[in-house]
Amino acid sequence: MSDRITRPAVEKVARLARLSLTEDEIVIATRELGDMLDHFADIDALDLDDVEPMTQPVPLVNVMRDDVEAPTLDRDEVLAAAPVATDGQFRVPPIIGLDA
Amino acid sequence: MSPADGVDSIAAGVRSGSRSAAAVLEEHLGRIAEREAEVHAFTLVTDSAARERAAVLDERVAAGEDPGPLAGVPVALKDNLCTRGVPTTCSSRMLEGWRPPYDATVVARLHDAGAVVVGKTNLDEFAMGSSTENSAFGPTRNPHDTSRVPGGSSGGSAAAVAAGFAAASLGSDTGGSIRQPAALCGVVGVKPTYGAVSRLGLVAFASSLDQIGPFTTSVADAATVLTVIAGPDPSDSTSIPEPFPDLRPSLERGVAGLRIGRISDLPAGADPDVAARVDAAFDALAAAGATIVDVEIPAFGYGLTAYYLIAPAEASSNLARYDGVRFGLRVDAPDTDAMYMATRAEGFGAEVKRRIMLGTYALSAGYYDAYYGKALKVRRRIAADFAAAYGRVDALITPASPSVAFAFGDKTSDPFAMYLCDTYTIPSNLTGDPAMSVPFGTGADGLPVGVQVLAPALGEPTMFAVAAELERSVGVGDG
Amino acid sequence: MGERWMHEGFEMVVGLEVHVELATTTKLFSGSPNRFGDEPNTNIDPVTLGLPGALPVLNRHAVELAIRIGLALDCTVQACTFARKNYFYPDMPKAYQISQYDRPLNADGRLALPDGTVVGVERAHLEEDTGKSTHLGGSGRIHGSEGSLIDFNRAGVPLVEIVSRPDITSPEQARMYVSELRSILVAIGASDARMEEGSMRVDANVSVRRPGEPLGTRCEIKNVNSVRSLGRAIDYEARRQVALIAGGESVRQETRHWDENDGRTHTLRSKEDADDYRYFPEPDLVPVHPDAAWIESIRSALPMLPAARRSRLADACGQDPDSEAVTTVVERGQDEYVLAVSAAGGSAERALVHVKEAFAEAGAAPTLPAARLAELTAMELAGALTATQAKTVLAEMVAAGDGDPAAIAAARGFEAMDTSALDALVDGAIAADPDAWAKFCAGDPKAVGALVGRVMKESRGQADGRAVTAALHARRG
Ligand SMILES: [Mg+2]
Ligand SMILES: [Zn+2]
Repeated sequence: MSDRITRPAVEKVARLARLSLTEDEIVIATRELGDMLDHFADIDALDLDDVEPMTQPVPLVNVMRDDVEAPTLDRDEVLAAAPVATDGQFRVPPIIGLDA
Repeated sequence: MSPADGVDSIAAGVRSGSRSAAAVLEEHLGRIAEREAEVHAFTLVTDSAARERAAVLDERVAAGEDPGPLAGVPVALKDNLCTRGVPTTCSSRMLEGWRPPYDATVVARLHDAGAVVVGKTNLDEFAMGSSTENSAFGPTRNPHDTSRVPGGSSGGSAAAVAAGFAAASLGSDTGGSIRQPAALCGVVGVKPTYGAVSRLGLVAFASSLDQIGPFTTSVADAATVLTVIAGPDPSDSTSIPEPFPDLRPSLERGVAGLRIGRISDLPAGADPDVAARVDAAFDALAAAGATIVDVEIPAFGYGLTAYYLIAPAEASSNLARYDGVRFGLRVDAPDTDAMYMATRAEGFGAEVKRRIMLGTYALSAGYYDAYYGKALKVRRRIAADFAAAYGRVDALITPASPSVAFAFGDKTSDPFAMYLCDTYTIPSNLTGDPAMSVPFGTGADGLPVGVQVLAPALGEPTMFAVAAELERSVGVGDG
Repeated sequence: MGERWMHEGFEMVVGLEVHVELATTTKLFSGSPNRFGDEPNTNIDPVTLGLPGALPVLNRHAVELAIRIGLALDCTVQACTFARKNYFYPDMPKAYQISQYDRPLNADGRLALPDGTVVGVERAHLEEDTGKSTHLGGSGRIHGSEGSLIDFNRAGVPLVEIVSRPDITSPEQARMYVSELRSILVAIGASDARMEEGSMRVDANVSVRRPGEPLGTRCEIKNVNSVRSLGRAIDYEARRQVALIAGGESVRQETRHWDENDGRTHTLRSKEDADDYRYFPEPDLVPVHPDAAWIESIRSALPMLPAARRSRLADACGQDPDSEAVTTVVERGQDEYVLAVSAAGGSAERALVHVKEAFAEAGAAPTLPAARLAELTAMELAGALTATQAKTVLAEMVAAGDGDPAAIAAARGFEAMDTSALDALVDGAIAADPDAWAKFCAGDPKAVGALVGRVMKESRGQADGRAVTAALHARRG
C-alpha cells in the first residue's frame, strides 16, 4: 500500500471539502488516494521547467459585456426551491466557519 | 433502427407534411413503453409535454410554417442539461427534484429548431464515470446486451438513441463521456471543438474540459444536430465568436487526398477485437483514397494523469456550491459547517466524493505545484504534440474505447481500471480539439465497436468527411 | 508627517486593505442591478445565486472603473486573469469567490497623503462581493444566534480591493489615507465610497516593533465602520500588542473584530487553522488584456485629482494646501467656484472664507453668481465693508440667490466710517483702558485685542477691525 498520503492529510482534505467521512471511508480514501497518486507519478519523469501551464483550450481574451440590466429571477420561484426560506430570504442554522 | 427513424428523414417528412410530429412521437413513445423498464435510459420521460409540443408543431406545419431543421424530431437530453421547470438531477440525490429556472442554450436552440424533447437521460452522477453505474437512480443497460453497461457518463443518452427511444440525444463529454458510450452502444457520438457549443446551462463537472455534443444513428444526422446547437453564445465567455463551419459539404466529400494519421506510439490497452476494427478502418480509408501516415504523439500516454488531476481539481470547486443553502438537498444540523458536512456526505455518491477529495488535495497548499500545476504543464505538452502531428496529417484514427461493452461490476472494484476506459478519449478534452466515435462493425460477442476520428480545433469539416467515409464503407445500420 | 505614534519604545506598522463597491449599473458577472437598499433577493439571477450551469460574463464598465482607480493611484495597469478563492460561507453562493490572485489588474502604485507621506499601493484588483447575512436572536451577532437569513442582492456586486503596503505608522496617517482615498474614488466616479453604507470597507493589518527591528507578527482588524473608529481600533490594537510583548508574551497572528461598543478588538479566528483557499485559474473566464489605447482614453478622461485641486486652490488663496479651509472646500467640490470668483476680479482669499462658511451644507454647490461674490470681496478689500457687514450682505445675497452687494450695503446703512470718527473712537478706547494701551505700547500683542474690541463695541460693529488695528499701530508710532 502507498505511503504517498497519510490519514491526517486525508482528514484535512475532507474537512476542506466539507465532507464528513465515516471511519471506513477515511481508511478506504487513504488507500485509494495513495494508489492513484502512485499511478500519477508517471509525469514526475517529465522535464517541464520551461513549459507554460495550459489552463484553457481556446486562447480568447477580453470577452466582456456591456453594463446593461438583464431580467432577474422571480424571488418566490427561487425561494420555493430553497431548503428553508423566511421573509423573502434564505435561512440557515447558526453560522460557524471562517468569516472571510 | 431503420433510416426512416433518422433525424433528417423525420424532419423532412414533418416539414413537408407527409408525416405528423405526433405520429413520429408515438412511434418513439411506443418503443419507450416497450423497453425502457429494461434499459432504464431515462431519469424522466416527459411524454405529456412532448405530446403537447408535437401537436403545436403539427398545427404550425398545417398553418404553412416551417418549424426548422429538427421539425418533429424526438430528442433526449442528458440530465445535466438545465431545462426550465423540468427536474434536472445530474443523477444525484443532491439535486433530486430541483427544477432549474432557466434553459441551457442548447435546449433553447433545439426548441427553436423544432425538436420535441421526450425526456432527461440517466448518467453517472455529475457525469463522473464510464459505465453509468454511478447513477444514484440505478444503472442504464446496454440495448445490445442488457447484461452489459452502455458506457458513460452519457450512457442514458447513448442507449436512448440505440434503443430508438429518440432520434437524437445530447450528452456532455469531459473525458470521453459521449464517445465511449457511443462506441459501446453502436451509435455516432461527437465531442465538438471546445467553445463550439455553449456550456451555459450544462451543470459543470470540469469547466475547461466540458463540451456538449450529439448522439445520432448516422453521421449526417450528427452534422444536422451539431449545426443546430453550435455557434457563438455571448452568455458563455469561452464560446468561440466565429460562426460554426458548414458541415454539409463534408458528408459527400470523401477522403481522397486526405492524410490520415496512425499514432505509432499510441498507449497499448485496446483489446484485439477492437484493434482489428481500427486496422480495418485504416484499410477502408486507404481504399477510399486517403494516405495513411504514421505520426508520434509522445505525451499521449500522460493524458490520463493530467486529466485525473485537472478534472477533479475543477470539479472540487464546481461542486462546492452544493451546500444545502439555496437549492437541492439539505440535511439539518445545529450549525452551517455541520450542515455542509452532513448534506454533502449524504447527497454525493462514492465516485463524486473520491474525485472531490482528489481534486481538493491536488489544489491544496503544498501540493498545488506537484499535482495540479504540473498537470497543466503536461496538458500544454500534449497540445504541442498534437499540434505537431496535425502539421503532417489532417485527422487521426484511434479506438474510441479499449474494449466493447463490459459487464456490470467488471470495473467497479478498482477506480483506476474504470479510468483506463478513457485512455484514448481524454487527450481531445485536454487539447480542446474535436473528436467523434463512429460505429465500425462489431467485435467480441457481436458487440459494436466504435472508431474514433480526431481533428485539430474547428477541424469538424474534415472530421465529418472521414467519419462519413467510414460509415459508407461499413454500411449504415450494421454498425 | 502627522503625529508620530510611539508607545513604550514601540512604533506601529500598518497596512490597509480597502474594499470599494464600484458604481456600475449591473453586477460584475451578470446583468442583475447593482443597487443598494432594494427588497431582499430581488436583484438575483442564476449567476448571482451560483445555480448549476450558470456562467459569468465580465462587465466592461467595472473593468473601466477599476482601471480609473489604478491610474488614479499611479498603478501599472496590466494584463490580468481571474482566479477562484475557495471557501464555504452561506453568503458566498458558489462556495468560491471570483477574484484575482497572481495577476491583478493594477499593481505597484502609490498614494500621497496631504501631509506629504507617500503610502505604497501593492495592488488594486477586481473581485465580486458576497451576499449579506442577518443573524437572528443573540443581539444580531453571530454568537448565540438562532440562525441567519441570507440576502443575495449584494452578491456579485463589483469590488476593487486596494491593498496598501505597510507604510502607515500612526492612526492619524491611517485616517488620512482612507479620507484621501475616499475623495479620489468619489472624484473619479468609481464609487460613492460610503463606509456607513458599506460601499467602502476597511481592514487593517497592524503590528508593532522597536524602531529598526524587522516587522512583528500582524493581526488583521475587521469590522471598522468609520474613519474615526479606524484610528481608535489601530491605536487600541497596537497598544494591546505592545502590552503583550512587554508582558513577555508574544503576539498571535489572527483576525480580530473591532467592537465599537467596548472600544476593543476581539479574536475572530486564529490563523492556526490556516484557511487554505486553493486559488486556481477561473476556467469560465478568459484573460483581460487592456490595450494601450483603451488605457489612454481612460487616463485622458480622468478629472483633476483632489491633491492637485488643493494645491491649485492653495496657490490662488495664498494658503497651505492642507489648511482646513482649502481641504474642506475641495472636499466639498467648491474649489472651482472660488477660482471663478477670483477670475471675476474678486479676492480668492476672502471668497475661500465666505464659501467655506456660507455654503457649509455638504455638497452644496454655490448658487450665487461668482461675479456677485467677486464684487462683495472687492468692497471688503477696499474697506467699504467690515468682515461682519460683508457676512450680513452675503447672507442676504445667498438667500435671494443674487443681488447687488453695494445696494444691499447701502440699504442697510453700511458704509465704512470716515477717519475722523474712527480717531475719536480710538481716543475713547485708549482713555477708557490706559493699562491695555500701556501694555500695547510695551509690545504685548495681546493687548491690542482689548482696545480693538472696545472700538468695535462703541461703533456697534460699524468700524473695520483691520482699520482700527492700523490706527492703533499708527498712534503708537
Ligand atoms: Mg483580502
Ligand atoms: Zn477581497
